[in-house]
Amino acid sequence: MIRLATCSLAGCFGCHMSFLDMDEKFLALVERVEFDRSPFTDIKSVGKCDIGLVEGGLCNEENLAALKEFRENCSILVAVGACAINGGIPAMRNRFSMDECLAEAYLDGIGIENPQIPADPELPVLLKKVCPVHEAVRIDYFLPGCPPPAGAFEVLLEALLKGEKPVLPEKLIHYD
Amino acid sequence: MKTISLDGAMVPLAEGQTVMECALAANIPIPHLCYLPGFAPHGSCRLCTVKIDGRFASACTQPAMEGQHVEIDTEELRQVRLSLLRMLFVEGNHYCPACEKSGSCRLQKAAYDEGMLDLHYRPWYPNRQMDASHPDVLIDRDRCIFCELCVKASRDVDGKNIFGISGRGIDTRLVVNSKSGLLADTDISAQDRAVEVCPVGAILVKGRGFEVPIGKRLYD
Ligand code: SF4
Ligand code: SF4
Ligand code: FES
Repeated sequence: MIRLATCSLAGCFGCHMSFLDMDEKFLALVERVEFDRSPFTDIKSVGKCDIGLVEGGLCNEENLAALKEFRENCSILVAVGACAINGGIPAMRNRFSMDECLAEAYLDGIGIENPQIPADPELPVLLKKVCPVHEAVRIDYFLPGCPPPAGAFEVLLEALLKGEKPVLPEKLIHYD
Repeated sequence: MKTISLDGAMVPLAEGQTVMECALAANIPIPHLCYLPGFAPHGSCRLCTVKIDGRFASACTQPAMEGQHVEIDTEELRQVRLSLLRMLFVEGNHYCPACEKSGSCRLQKAAYDEGMLDLHYRPWYPNRQMDASHPDVLIDRDRCIFCELCVKASRDVDGKNIFGISGRGIDTRLVVNSKSGLLADTDISAQDRAVEVCPVGAILVKGRGFEVPIGKRLYD
């Protein structure tokens, strides 16, 4: 059995939804792979795995810790989706200062009651800028798209399960 | 008849043609971005880099000469193109899912054609000034690739001379020729060739939103 872990960092889970979009092929897949940490299993920390799929970029320290944990435990690490690859929509905050972002979200935004910036120690500290995962760790393969089409997950996993290098056909490469 | 060799194919060349023009006439693709037939070549994006008799040159500006051997589709040149495209992506903010040009963008298409899957470099996340002052036309400078097509189209086709490229190196940016520097104070119209000619989502017509559904866009 191949062990597979997946996680969503600063992403929207759209990539995970697209992964599930392979429909009945997903059933064939689960006969060959065992899921480790993943929103599909609700396991919270990652063990030794063959393949790790990371959705989303890095926007806080928890994301960074999770990514490093994935890199340490996964033989092959794949950056999945636009946010993992270039920061994506969350990185659009990079043109504003942290104070401006927090003020807009928690103090001055429309319809806010009892305005205050959350400071609970349980909350992960935000990074100054959102950045892609290849900034922090080595990435073996990239699956672009917002989200990558289900077919791209198929091509990727099909090749990796055979021990081959995945090659995405041009029609499965898109950035939106 | 004078000929030039493009990846081994002998192609006729006419007096005064560039390597790019020869290739286009012979239906041999050379990837390019800042070149557009009908406008004088600018030679800024370097995506059309080829090897002519062993030396790198930009096909859009290089005059074609009898007997030249031009390499186009080689692994070495593919790597050059990939690096150039990645650099164009990281020096702007290219969030395709949030860009109205997506699906009809020549930068995006060129990157698909080269099989670009990642950025490789560190994104720069620039913060250039956006111009939403005009009722019909918007400028997002962080998507501009400095091809100067709008500059030439506005000056030579529309007869308005609205755009310019100013600054050098990493400070290069698109500027607007009005006292305030804002688009609102120009006589630009959404029908101008300068608006239509932009290969990326830097100059956009407002109010169109994501008008064409995914699957029906120019390069889908
Ligand atoms: S200009 Fe092109 S490459 Fe840039 S964000 Fe828009 S669609 Fe993507
Ligand atoms: S705004 Fe568009 S047409 Fe003008 S220089 Fe930039 S990319 Fe080229
Ligand atoms: S197309 Fe030749 S340099 Fe841009």
